[in-house]
Amino acid sequence: MKILVPIARTEDYNARIVVNKAGDDIERGGVAMVINPFDEIAVEEALRLLDGGEGEIVVVAIGGDEAAPELRRALAMGAHRAIQINTEVKLMPEVVTPLLAAVAEREQPDLVLMGKQSIDGDSGQVAQRLAHRLDWPQATFAYEVSVEGGTVTVGCEVDGGTETVAFDLPGVISTDLRLNEPRLPKLPDIMKAKKKPYEVLTDADLGGVEESPIKVLSLSPPPERQAGQIVADVDTLIAKLRDEAKVLA
Amino acid sequence: MISFGLTEDQLEYQRMARQFIAQTVIPHAGHWDETGHFPKDAIRSAWENGLLNLCIPSSVGGAGMPLVDTLIISEEISYGCVGYSTSCMANELALTPIVLGADEDQKRKFLKPFVDEFKLAAFCLSEPGAGSDAASLRTTARREGDEWVINGQKQWITNATHADFYTVFATVDREAGHRGITLFAVPRDTPGITVAPHENKMGQRCSDTAPISFEDVRVPADHCIGGPGNGWKIAMHTLDFSRPLVAMSAVGVARRALEESINYAKERKTFGKPIGQHQAIGFMLSDMAAKTQAARLLALEAAWRTDQGLPANKEASFAKAMCADWCMEICTDAVQIFGGYGYTKEYPVEKLMRDAKLIQIYEGTSQIQRIVISRELMR
Repeated sequence: MKILVPIARTEDYNARIVVNKAGDDIERGGVAMVINPFDEIAVEEALRLLDGGEGEIVVVAIGGDEAAPELRRALAMGAHRAIQINTEVKLMPEVVTPLLAAVAEREQPDLVLMGKQSIDGDSGQVAQRLAHRLDWPQATFAYEVSVEGGTVTVGCEVDGGTETVAFDLPGVISTDLRLNEPRLPKLPDIMKAKKKPYEVLTDADLGGVEESPIKVLSLSPPPERQAGQIVADVDTLIAKLRDEAKVLA
Repeated sequence: MISFGLTEDQLEYQRMARQFIAQTVIPHAGHWDETGHFPKDAIRSAWENGLLNLCIPSSVGGAGMPLVDTLIISEEISYGCVGYSTSCMANELALTPIVLGADEDQKRKFLKPFVDEFKLAAFCLSEPGAGSDAASLRTTARREGDEWVINGQKQWITNATHADFYTVFATVDREAGHRGITLFAVPRDTPGITVAPHENKMGQRCSDTAPISFEDVRVPADHCIGGPGNGWKIAMHTLDFSRPLVAMSAVGVARRALEESINYAKERKTFGKPIGQHQAIGFMLSDMAAKTQAARLLALEAAWRTDQGLPANKEASFAKAMCADWCMEICTDAVQIFGGYGYTKEYPVEKLMRDAKLIQIYEGTSQIQRIVISRELMR
C-alpha cells in the first residue's frame, strides 16, 4: 500500500502565541516549530497501517526550506520518502489543495492520510477539499482506521457520538486526536533520515497556484483571564456562582 | 571562523533527547532518589532509543558520534536526573578506552555486543588508596602462559553491580610507575570477581557505586588492550572525552536549577510582588543564567577540541572544574531562592544540590583539575 501524508509545519502548541503588530497574523519568528500534531498522528497511523510490510509512505510539505526539519522528522519516524514543494504564495486551504491534488495525481497513492486541521490556521478544510478535487471518497475525524483487502473502515468522531464508514481505496482520511500517540524517533533513525530520498519541487512543477481570494483582515487574542477570588465560605461561593457567574440556577 | 549555532541534526538530537527524558526520566527521578532504585529499565529504554554507547565507531555498527553531539544529548539527560545520566555516561567512560586503544578485532569482540544488545559497562581505575593519584594504583596483572591474572581492589565503580563488562586498569610492573599500567577487558562473569554492596550516597542516589575485588581473575591474552604499559596513556586520552561530558552533565543540572528557580520566582510573592522582581533575587537569577551559559560554552569548546584532534587536556580541566563548581553554586542559590520550601523534599531543588556535589568529586576533583591546569600553565 502506498500512503501519502501531507504535513504542515506549525508553531509548537506549548509556545506563547502573540498577534503581530499589523494584527493580521501571529508573530512567526522565535517560536519552536513542530509537525502539526494532527499530521504527526497521520504519519504514525500510516506507519502502523503498513506495519513494516510492503508499501511506501511519502510525506509532503509545502512552503520552502524551512519545512525541511519537519519532513526529516517524519522520515526519522519511518516514512520512506519526502517531497518539499516550494512556493511564495501564502498558504491557505484553496492554495494548498490544488498542490496536494497535483502531488496525488503524480504519486497515485492508495490512501491520503492527513490531520483534520493545522493548529495555526484551524481551517479544517483541506482533507475535504482534496477528496472532492480528486473525486475520491473521504472519512474525516478518524479515531480508528483499519484496512482489509482494498477496503478501509474508519471510525469517525461526529457530534455527540461516533460513526463508522467504509470505502474502497483510493480515498482520503483526516485524523483526530484519539487515533494514536505518535512515536518518538530513535537517534539512529534521525541519523539515517538524511539518507532517505528527498525531492524538492516548485509550485510551477505542479501546474502553478494563485493567491487565495480570501484575506485575513484581523486577529485578536482571547480575552485575558481575570484573577481568581478567594471567598470566605461555601454559602458565599454558591451565591457568587448563582448571582455573578450565573452558572447555577 | 566561529559558529555557536547548532546544526539541524544537533537540534533534532536535542529535541529527541529532551522528549525522551520528559517521558522516561523526569516523572520518576524523585522516586528513584528517595528509594535508591537503580533504573535499569529506563536505561534499557535509552539503549533502545539509541542514546547509549554513542562513542562506538560506525565500523562496528555504532553511532560514531562526535563528542560535541554527545554533549548536547548529555545536557538533556542530566537535566532530567544526573544520577541516571551518570549510569548512562559510565558506559561511554568504560567503552572509550576500548575505542581508543583496541585493534579492529578487539573492537569487534568487545564493542559489537553493546550494539547488538543492552549491556552496561564499568570503568575500573580508582582504588581504595589511589583516587586522585591514580598512577599509584596497586592492582596487578601477571602473565601466565596465554592468560593474564588480575589481583586487586577497585573503589567507587559506577555500574559495578549491574555491568556485564569491566575495563580494568592494572599494573604489570609496580616499579615502573605509570609506565607499568595496562588496560584489560574483563567480562563480569569471569571467576574471581566479587562486587560488594553498593554505597549509600548523599546524592545521585539512583546510580550504582560499589567496590569490586579481583582475586586471581584470569583473562585470555587478547583481553589486553593497547599492549602492556600503554594503559596510562589510554586512560589520560580517555579523560579528554569524559571530562567535557561530565562537565556538560553539570550544565544540565544547572539549567534545571535555573529554570525551576525562574518559575518559582515568578510565582512566589513577597511584599506584594513576585520575588524575582526583588533585585536581590533577580541578580541571583542573572548570575545563575550567566554561569550556566559560560559553563556550556567551556564544555562545548573542550569537546570540540577533542573532536578536532587538538590538545584538550587543559580545556577539559577548565570545563570540568568550572562547570562542576558553578553547578554547585547555582544549585545552592536555587535552594536559597526557594527558601524553606527549597530545603524540603516537596520541591526539586534540594535533590539538585545533593546531586551537584558529586560532580565536583568524581572524574577528577575540582582540585585535581586545577593541578592539571596549573601544570600546563607552568610548563
